[in-house]
Amino acid sequence: MRKTSILFALPLWAGLSAAAAPEQILRDLEAEARRDSQTFTAFSAVRGEQFYRTERAGVDGGKISCASCHTADPRALGKTRAHKEILPLAPGANRERFTDPAKVDKWFRRNCNDVLGRACTAVEKGDFLAWLLSVK
Amino acid sequence: MKRPMQIAVLVFTVGATGGLLASGGEKEGSKILTQASNAKWQAECASCHMAYQPGLLPERSWRKLMAGLDKHFGENASLDPATAEEITRFLAANSADRSGNRRSARIAASIPAAAVPLRISETAYFRRKHDEIASDIWRRAKVGSPANCQACHQAAEKGDYSERNVKIPR
Ligand code: HEC
Ligand code: HEC
Ligand code: HEC
Repeated sequence: MRKTSILFALPLWAGLSAAAAPEQILRDLEAEARRDSQTFTAFSAVRGEQFYRTERAGVDGGKISCASCHTADPRALGKTRAHKEILPLAPGANRERFTDPAKVDKWFRRNCNDVLGRACTAVEKGDFLAWLLSVK
Repeated sequence: MKRPMQIAVLVFTVGATGGLLASGGEKEGSKILTQASNAKWQAECASCHMAYQPGLLPERSWRKLMAGLDKHFGENASLDPATAEEITRFLAANSADRSGNRRSARIAASIPAAAVPLRISETAYFRRKHDEIASDIWRRAKVGSPANCQACHQAAEKGDYSERNVKIPR
Protein backbone atom coordinates (compact mmCIF):
# COMPACT_ATOMS: atom_id res chain seq x y z
CA MET A 1 0.00 0.00 0.00
CA ARG A 2 2.59 2.51 1.04
CA LYS A 3 4.70 1.80 -2.01
CA THR A 4 1.90 2.63 -4.41
CA SER A 5 1.25 5.98 -2.79
CA ILE A 6 4.91 6.91 -3.13
CA LEU A 7 4.86 5.78 -6.74
CA PHE A 8 1.92 7.99 -7.54
CA ALA A 9 3.13 11.00 -5.58
CA LEU A 10 6.49 11.08 -7.33
CA PRO A 11 5.42 12.30 -10.80
CA LEU A 12 3.29 14.98 -9.17
CA TRP A 13 6.20 16.28 -7.16
CA ALA A 14 8.55 16.14 -10.12
CA GLY A 15 6.02 18.06 -12.21
CA LEU A 16 5.70 20.79 -9.62
CA SER A 17 9.41 21.31 -9.18
CA ALA A 18 10.02 21.76 -12.91
CA ALA A 19 7.11 24.08 -13.66
CA ALA A 20 7.39 27.87 -13.64
CA ALA A 21 5.11 30.64 -14.82
CA PRO A 22 6.10 32.69 -17.91
CA GLU A 23 6.09 35.74 -15.59
CA GLN A 24 8.75 34.08 -13.42
CA ILE A 25 10.90 33.37 -16.45
CA LEU A 26 10.48 37.03 -17.44
CA ARG A 27 11.59 38.16 -13.96
CA ASP A 28 14.67 35.95 -14.16
CA LEU A 29 15.52 37.44 -17.56
CA GLU A 30 15.09 40.91 -16.09
CA ALA A 31 17.59 40.19 -13.32
CA GLU A 32 20.00 38.89 -15.96
CA ALA A 33 19.49 41.96 -18.15
CA ARG A 34 20.29 44.24 -15.22
CA ARG A 35 23.47 42.34 -14.52
CA ASP A 36 24.53 42.50 -18.20
CA SER A 37 23.71 46.12 -18.92
CA GLN A 38 23.94 49.21 -16.74
CA THR A 39 21.67 51.21 -19.05
CA PHE A 40 18.83 48.66 -19.01
CA THR A 41 15.53 50.10 -17.78
CA ALA A 42 12.66 47.83 -18.88
CA PHE A 43 11.72 45.28 -21.53
CA SER A 44 9.84 46.58 -24.55
CA ALA A 45 7.09 44.61 -26.31
CA VAL A 46 7.52 46.89 -29.34
CA ARG A 47 11.20 45.95 -29.63
CA GLY A 48 10.22 42.31 -29.04
CA GLU A 49 7.85 42.26 -31.98
CA GLN A 50 10.46 43.89 -34.20
CA PHE A 51 13.01 41.30 -33.13
CA TYR A 52 10.55 38.49 -33.95
CA ARG A 53 9.86 39.78 -37.46
CA THR A 54 13.32 40.99 -38.53
CA GLU A 55 14.60 38.91 -41.43
CA ARG A 56 18.27 37.98 -41.51
CA ALA A 57 20.47 36.04 -43.91
CA GLY A 58 20.17 32.31 -43.18
CA VAL A 59 22.88 29.68 -43.65
CA ASP A 60 21.32 28.48 -46.92
CA GLY A 61 21.39 31.99 -48.41
CA GLY A 62 17.67 32.56 -47.90
CA LYS A 63 16.03 34.93 -45.44
CA ILE A 64 15.11 33.72 -41.97
CA SER A 65 13.29 35.19 -38.95
CA CYS A 66 11.51 33.80 -35.90
CA ALA A 67 8.32 34.14 -37.95
CA SER A 68 9.68 31.74 -40.61
CA CYS A 69 8.74 28.78 -38.42
CA HIS A 70 6.42 30.32 -35.82
CA THR A 71 4.49 32.27 -38.55
CA ALA A 72 3.50 35.94 -38.63
CA ASP A 73 1.00 35.32 -35.81
CA PRO A 74 2.54 33.62 -32.75
CA ARG A 75 -0.95 32.45 -31.71
CA ALA A 76 -1.18 30.31 -34.85
CA LEU A 77 0.22 26.88 -35.66
CA GLY A 78 3.73 26.99 -37.10
CA LYS A 79 5.76 24.58 -39.17
CA THR A 80 9.31 23.27 -38.86
CA ARG A 81 11.64 23.06 -41.85
CA ALA A 82 11.06 19.32 -41.68
CA HIS A 83 7.33 19.99 -42.24
CA LYS A 84 6.01 19.16 -38.80
CA GLU A 85 3.39 21.28 -37.07
CA ILE A 86 4.58 23.57 -34.24
CA LEU A 87 2.04 24.43 -31.54
CA PRO A 88 1.50 28.19 -30.94
CA LEU A 89 4.33 30.03 -29.18
CA ALA A 90 2.25 32.68 -27.39
CA PRO A 91 1.35 31.59 -23.83
CA GLY A 92 -2.13 33.07 -24.40
CA ALA A 93 -2.75 30.40 -27.04
CA ASN A 94 -0.70 27.55 -25.53
CA ARG A 95 -0.46 27.31 -21.77
CA GLU A 96 2.55 25.00 -21.86
CA ARG A 97 4.83 27.66 -23.33
CA PHE A 98 7.46 29.26 -21.10
CA THR A 99 6.76 26.98 -18.15
CA ASP A 100 9.90 24.83 -18.35
CA PRO A 101 13.09 26.93 -18.01
CA ALA A 102 15.35 24.16 -19.37
CA LYS A 103 13.20 23.80 -22.49
CA VAL A 104 13.08 27.58 -22.99
CA ASP A 105 16.90 27.78 -22.70
CA LYS A 106 17.40 24.93 -25.13
CA TRP A 107 15.24 26.44 -27.86
CA PHE A 108 16.61 29.97 -27.42
CA ARG A 109 20.09 28.47 -27.79
CA ARG A 110 19.18 26.59 -30.98
CA ASN A 111 16.87 29.09 -32.66
CA CYS A 112 18.95 32.19 -31.92
CA ASN A 113 21.92 30.38 -33.40
CA ASP A 114 19.99 29.46 -36.54
CA VAL A 115 18.48 32.91 -37.05
CA LEU A 116 21.16 35.31 -35.76
CA GLY A 117 24.26 33.13 -35.91
CA ARG A 118 24.90 33.84 -32.21
CA ALA A 119 23.23 33.55 -28.80
CA CYS A 120 20.45 36.03 -27.94
CA THR A 121 21.08 38.55 -25.17
CA ALA A 122 18.90 38.64 -22.05
CA VAL A 123 17.40 41.92 -23.31
CA GLU A 124 16.42 40.35 -26.65
CA LYS A 125 14.88 37.34 -24.92
CA GLY A 126 13.00 39.52 -22.42
CA ASP A 127 11.67 41.89 -25.09
CA PHE A 128 10.52 38.89 -27.09
CA LEU A 129 8.74 37.26 -24.15
CA ALA A 130 7.20 40.59 -23.08
CA TRP A 131 5.71 40.90 -26.56
CA LEU A 132 4.45 37.29 -26.61
CA LEU A 133 2.73 37.85 -23.25
CA SER A 134 1.07 40.99 -24.62
CA VAL A 135 -0.57 39.33 -27.67
CA LYS A 136 -3.87 37.98 -26.45
CA MET B 1 -5.87 3.44 -2.90
CA LYS B 2 -7.37 0.59 -4.84
CA ARG B 3 -8.34 2.58 -7.88
CA PRO B 4 -4.86 3.63 -9.07
CA MET B 5 -3.81 -0.02 -8.90
CA GLN B 6 -6.76 -1.06 -11.04
CA ILE B 7 -6.05 1.65 -13.56
CA ALA B 8 -2.41 0.60 -13.69
CA VAL B 9 -3.41 -3.01 -14.34
CA LEU B 10 -5.89 -1.93 -17.00
CA VAL B 11 -3.34 0.27 -18.77
CA PHE B 12 -0.84 -2.55 -18.69
CA THR B 13 -3.33 -5.06 -20.09
CA VAL B 14 -4.44 -2.79 -22.93
CA GLY B 15 -0.82 -1.97 -23.74
CA ALA B 16 0.20 -5.64 -23.77
CA THR B 17 -2.72 -6.64 -26.01
CA GLY B 18 -1.90 -3.82 -28.43
CA GLY B 19 1.70 -5.04 -28.54
CA LEU B 20 0.58 -8.59 -29.33
CA LEU B 21 -1.67 -7.43 -32.14
CA ALA B 22 1.08 -5.31 -33.66
CA SER B 23 3.78 -7.96 -33.52
CA GLY B 24 2.23 -11.34 -34.16
CA GLY B 25 -1.37 -10.94 -35.20
CA GLU B 26 -0.95 -10.86 -38.97
CA LYS B 27 1.21 -12.20 -41.72
CA GLU B 28 2.93 -8.87 -42.34
CA GLY B 29 4.04 -8.75 -38.71
CA SER B 30 7.78 -8.80 -39.30
CA LYS B 31 7.47 -6.01 -41.87
CA ILE B 32 6.51 -3.66 -39.09
CA LEU B 33 9.61 -2.10 -37.62
CA THR B 34 10.54 -3.05 -34.08
CA GLN B 35 8.86 -0.71 -31.62
CA ALA B 36 11.74 0.22 -29.36
CA SER B 37 11.25 3.33 -27.29
CA ASN B 38 13.20 5.66 -25.07
CA ALA B 39 11.77 8.71 -23.31
CA LYS B 40 14.68 11.05 -24.12
CA TRP B 41 14.66 10.04 -27.78
CA GLN B 42 10.92 10.62 -27.96
CA ALA B 43 11.22 14.03 -26.30
CA GLU B 44 14.25 15.27 -28.27
CA CYS B 45 13.97 13.70 -31.71
CA ALA B 46 10.27 14.24 -32.42
CA SER B 47 9.95 18.02 -32.10
CA CYS B 48 10.98 18.94 -35.66
CA HIS B 49 9.88 15.73 -37.44
CA MET B 50 8.56 12.31 -36.45
CA ALA B 51 10.89 10.17 -34.34
CA TYR B 52 12.44 8.05 -37.11
CA GLN B 53 12.69 4.46 -35.86
CA PRO B 54 16.24 3.38 -35.00
CA GLY B 55 15.74 0.37 -37.32
CA LEU B 56 15.76 2.70 -40.35
CA LEU B 57 19.55 3.34 -40.32
CA PRO B 58 22.64 1.33 -39.37
CA GLU B 59 24.60 1.99 -36.20
CA ARG B 60 27.44 3.84 -37.97
CA SER B 61 24.93 6.30 -39.46
CA TRP B 62 23.34 7.05 -36.09
CA ARG B 63 26.74 7.58 -34.48
CA LYS B 64 27.78 10.05 -37.18
CA LEU B 65 24.44 11.87 -37.09
CA MET B 66 24.52 12.16 -33.28
CA ALA B 67 28.07 13.53 -33.39
CA GLY B 68 26.98 16.42 -35.64
CA LEU B 69 23.74 17.65 -34.08
CA ASP B 70 24.94 21.26 -33.97
CA LYS B 71 24.86 21.21 -37.79
CA HIS B 72 21.89 18.94 -38.40
CA PHE B 73 20.65 19.39 -41.99
CA GLY B 74 21.19 23.14 -41.70
CA GLU B 75 19.79 23.41 -38.17
CA ASN B 76 21.06 23.47 -34.66
CA ALA B 77 19.64 20.42 -32.85
CA SER B 78 22.35 20.23 -30.20
CA LEU B 79 21.82 18.49 -26.87
CA ASP B 80 23.63 18.32 -23.56
CA PRO B 81 26.29 15.57 -23.61
CA ALA B 82 24.50 13.20 -21.19
CA THR B 83 21.24 13.25 -23.18
CA ALA B 84 23.08 12.86 -26.48
CA GLU B 85 24.96 9.86 -25.12
CA GLU B 86 21.82 8.12 -23.87
CA ILE B 87 20.05 8.63 -27.20
CA THR B 88 23.10 7.43 -29.15
CA ARG B 89 23.22 4.25 -27.08
CA PHE B 90 19.51 3.65 -27.67
CA LEU B 91 19.75 4.24 -31.44
CA ALA B 92 22.84 2.03 -31.76
CA ALA B 93 21.32 -0.87 -29.81
CA ASN B 94 18.18 -0.89 -31.98
CA SER B 95 19.78 0.11 -35.29
CA ALA B 96 19.05 -1.50 -38.66
CA ASP B 97 22.08 -3.79 -38.42
CA ARG B 98 21.32 -4.88 -34.86
CA SER B 99 17.52 -4.95 -34.42
CA GLY B 100 16.89 -8.38 -35.99
CA ASN B 101 13.83 -7.03 -37.84
CA ARG B 102 13.50 -8.23 -41.45
CA ARG B 103 12.82 -4.86 -43.02
CA SER B 104 15.64 -3.28 -41.03
CA ALA B 105 18.04 -5.99 -42.19
CA ARG B 106 17.13 -5.21 -45.82
CA ILE B 107 17.74 -1.51 -45.32
CA ALA B 108 21.15 -2.28 -43.80
CA ALA B 109 21.98 -4.68 -46.64
CA SER B 110 21.20 -2.00 -49.25
CA ILE B 111 23.98 0.27 -47.96
CA PRO B 112 27.56 -0.32 -49.22
CA ALA B 113 29.96 -1.16 -46.38
CA ALA B 114 31.99 2.02 -46.88
CA ALA B 115 28.97 4.36 -46.99
CA VAL B 116 27.61 6.19 -43.94
CA PRO B 117 24.34 7.80 -45.11
CA LEU B 118 22.79 10.37 -42.77
CA ARG B 119 19.45 10.19 -44.51
CA ILE B 120 17.10 7.21 -44.69
CA SER B 121 15.84 8.79 -47.89
CA GLU B 122 19.32 8.41 -49.45
CA THR B 123 19.56 4.65 -49.00
CA ALA B 124 19.20 2.32 -52.00
CA TYR B 125 16.38 0.54 -50.19
CA PHE B 126 14.40 3.78 -49.88
CA ARG B 127 15.05 4.77 -53.50
CA ARG B 128 13.92 1.38 -54.74
CA LYS B 129 10.71 1.44 -52.73
CA HIS B 130 9.88 4.98 -53.91
CA ASP B 131 11.03 4.83 -57.53
CA GLU B 132 7.49 5.35 -58.83
CA ILE B 133 7.02 8.66 -57.07
CA ALA B 134 7.56 11.61 -59.44
CA SER B 135 9.72 14.49 -58.22
CA ASP B 136 6.84 16.99 -58.21
CA ILE B 137 4.99 14.82 -55.70
CA TRP B 138 7.83 15.20 -53.16
CA ARG B 139 7.47 18.96 -53.51
CA ARG B 140 3.71 19.13 -52.93
CA ALA B 141 2.85 21.48 -50.05
CA LYS B 142 1.47 18.66 -47.93
CA VAL B 143 4.57 16.52 -48.47
CA GLY B 144 7.51 18.95 -48.64
CA SER B 145 10.32 16.39 -48.81
CA PRO B 146 11.00 12.63 -48.70
CA ALA B 147 11.83 13.02 -45.00
CA ASN B 148 8.15 13.69 -44.21
CA CYS B 149 7.26 9.98 -43.96
CA GLN B 150 3.96 10.40 -42.15
CA ALA B 151 2.58 12.69 -44.87
CA CYS B 152 2.04 9.49 -46.91
CA HIS B 153 2.47 6.67 -44.40
CA GLN B 154 -0.45 7.11 -42.02
CA ALA B 155 0.97 4.67 -39.46
CA ALA B 156 4.65 5.72 -39.80
CA GLU B 157 4.92 6.60 -36.13
CA LYS B 158 4.04 3.01 -35.27
CA GLY B 159 6.76 1.71 -37.58
CA ASP B 160 4.18 0.51 -40.11
CA TYR B 161 5.11 1.42 -43.69
CA SER B 162 3.01 -1.28 -45.36
CA GLU B 163 1.17 -0.61 -48.61
CA ARG B 164 -2.28 -0.65 -47.09
CA ASN B 165 -1.47 2.37 -44.93
CA VAL B 166 -0.10 4.57 -47.73
CA LYS B 167 -2.00 7.55 -49.07
CA ILE B 168 -0.26 10.28 -51.07
CA PRO B 169 -1.82 13.67 -50.24
CA ARG B 170 -3.07 15.83 -53.12
C1 HEC C 1 13.70 26.61 -38.13
C2 HEC C 1 12.46 26.74 -37.41
C3 HEC C 1 12.43 27.72 -36.22
C4 HEC C 1 12.82 29.04 -36.22
C5 HEC C 1 13.40 29.87 -37.37
C6 HEC C 1 12.57 29.53 -34.88
N1 HEC C 1 12.05 28.53 -34.09
FE1 HEC C 1 11.59 28.66 -32.12
N2 HEC C 1 11.02 26.71 -32.11
C7 HEC C 1 11.06 25.84 -33.20
C8 HEC C 1 10.65 24.53 -32.79
C9 HEC C 1 10.56 23.28 -33.67
C10 HEC C 1 10.34 24.62 -31.41
C11 HEC C 1 9.87 23.50 -30.47
C12 HEC C 1 8.48 23.13 -30.78
C13 HEC C 1 7.70 22.56 -29.65
O1 HEC C 1 8.21 22.36 -28.56
O2 HEC C 1 6.52 22.35 -29.90
C14 HEC C 1 10.60 26.00 -31.03
C15 HEC C 1 10.41 26.49 -29.75
C16 HEC C 1 10.81 27.73 -29.31
C17 HEC C 1 10.81 28.15 -27.93
C18 HEC C 1 10.39 27.30 -26.72
C19 HEC C 1 9.18 27.84 -26.03
C20 HEC C 1 8.61 26.91 -24.99
O3 HEC C 1 8.53 27.26 -23.82
O4 HEC C 1 8.19 25.79 -25.37
C21 HEC C 1 11.31 29.43 -27.91
C22 HEC C 1 11.57 30.31 -26.68
C23 HEC C 1 11.58 29.81 -29.28
N3 HEC C 1 11.26 28.76 -30.11
C24 HEC C 1 12.07 31.05 -29.68
C25 HEC C 1 12.41 31.38 -30.98
C26 HEC C 1 13.00 32.66 -31.35
C27 HEC C 1 13.32 33.80 -30.40
C28 HEC C 1 13.20 32.61 -32.70
C29 HEC C 1 13.84 33.69 -33.60
C30 HEC C 1 15.14 34.20 -33.15
C31 HEC C 1 12.77 31.29 -33.16
N4 HEC C 1 12.28 30.59 -32.09
C32 HEC C 1 12.85 30.83 -34.46
C33 HEC C 1 11.43 26.18 -34.48
C34 HEC C 1 11.93 27.41 -34.89
C1 HEC D 1 15.74 21.63 -34.52
C2 HEC D 1 14.99 20.71 -35.34
C3 HEC D 1 15.43 19.24 -35.35
C4 HEC D 1 15.64 18.41 -34.27
C5 HEC D 1 15.50 18.74 -32.79
C6 HEC D 1 16.01 17.11 -34.83
N1 HEC D 1 16.01 17.17 -36.20
FE1 HEC D 1 16.40 15.61 -37.46
N2 HEC D 1 16.06 16.86 -39.07
C7 HEC D 1 15.75 18.20 -39.01
C8 HEC D 1 15.63 18.74 -40.34
C9 HEC D 1 15.30 20.19 -40.71
C10 HEC D 1 15.86 17.65 -41.23
C11 HEC D 1 15.81 17.68 -42.77
C12 HEC D 1 14.37 17.46 -43.20
C13 HEC D 1 14.12 17.45 -44.69
O1 HEC D 1 15.03 17.14 -45.46
O2 HEC D 1 12.97 17.73 -45.07
C14 HEC D 1 16.13 16.48 -40.39
C15 HEC D 1 16.40 15.21 -40.89
C16 HEC D 1 16.71 14.09 -40.11
C17 HEC D 1 17.01 12.78 -40.65
C18 HEC D 1 17.06 12.40 -42.13
C19 HEC D 1 15.67 12.13 -42.70
C20 HEC D 1 15.76 11.63 -44.13
O3 HEC D 1 15.80 10.41 -44.33
O4 HEC D 1 15.81 12.45 -45.07
C21 HEC D 1 17.28 11.95 -39.59
C22 HEC D 1 17.65 10.49 -39.65
C23 HEC D 1 17.12 12.77 -38.37
N3 HEC D 1 16.76 14.06 -38.73
C24 HEC D 1 17.32 12.30 -37.09
C25 HEC D 1 17.18 13.07 -35.94
C26 HEC D 1 17.46 12.59 -34.60
C27 HEC D 1 17.95 11.19 -34.24
C28 HEC D 1 17.18 13.62 -33.73
C29 HEC D 1 17.31 13.65 -32.22
C30 HEC D 1 18.65 13.51 -31.70
C31 HEC D 1 16.74 14.76 -34.55
N4 HEC D 1 16.78 14.39 -35.87
C32 HEC D 1 16.35 16.01 -34.05
C33 HEC D 1 15.55 18.93 -37.85
C34 HEC D 1 15.66 18.45 -36.56
C1 HEC E 1 5.14 11.07 -51.12
C2 HEC E 1 4.69 10.04 -50.23
C3 HEC E 1 5.73 9.23 -49.43
C4 HEC E 1 6.65 9.69 -48.52
C5 HEC E 1 6.88 11.13 -48.07
C6 HEC E 1 7.36 8.53 -48.02
N1 HEC E 1 6.87 7.40 -48.63
FE1 HEC E 1 7.44 5.48 -48.26
N2 HEC E 1 6.21 4.82 -49.71
C7 HEC E 1 5.33 5.59 -50.45
C8 HEC E 1 4.67 4.76 -51.46
C9 HEC E 1 3.62 5.23 -52.47
C10 HEC E 1 5.20 3.47 -51.29
C11 HEC E 1 4.88 2.22 -52.12
C12 HEC E 1 3.78 1.45 -51.46
C13 HEC E 1 3.75 0.06 -52.03
O1 HEC E 1 3.42 -0.09 -53.20
O2 HEC E 1 4.12 -0.84 -51.28
C14 HEC E 1 6.15 3.52 -50.18
C15 HEC E 1 6.87 2.44 -49.71
C16 HEC E 1 7.65 2.45 -48.56
C17 HEC E 1 8.25 1.29 -47.95
C18 HEC E 1 8.11 -0.14 -48.43
C19 HEC E 1 6.76 -0.72 -48.05
C20 HEC E 1 6.65 -2.18 -48.42
O3 HEC E 1 5.83 -2.86 -47.80
O4 HEC E 1 7.38 -2.63 -49.30
C21 HEC E 1 8.95 1.72 -46.85
C22 HEC E 1 9.71 0.87 -45.85
C23 HEC E 1 8.80 3.16 -46.80
N3 HEC E 1 8.01 3.57 -47.83
C24 HEC E 1 9.38 3.97 -45.83
C25 HEC E 1 9.34 5.36 -45.86
C26 HEC E 1 10.08 6.20 -44.93
C27 HEC E 1 10.94 5.70 -43.79
C28 HEC E 1 9.80 7.50 -45.26
C29 HEC E 1 10.37 8.76 -44.65
C30 HEC E 1 11.82 8.82 -44.46
C31 HEC E 1 8.89 7.46 -46.42
N4 HEC E 1 8.65 6.14 -46.75
C32 HEC E 1 8.37 8.58 -47.06
C33 HEC E 1 5.11 6.94 -50.29
C34 HEC E 1 5.87 7.79 -49.49
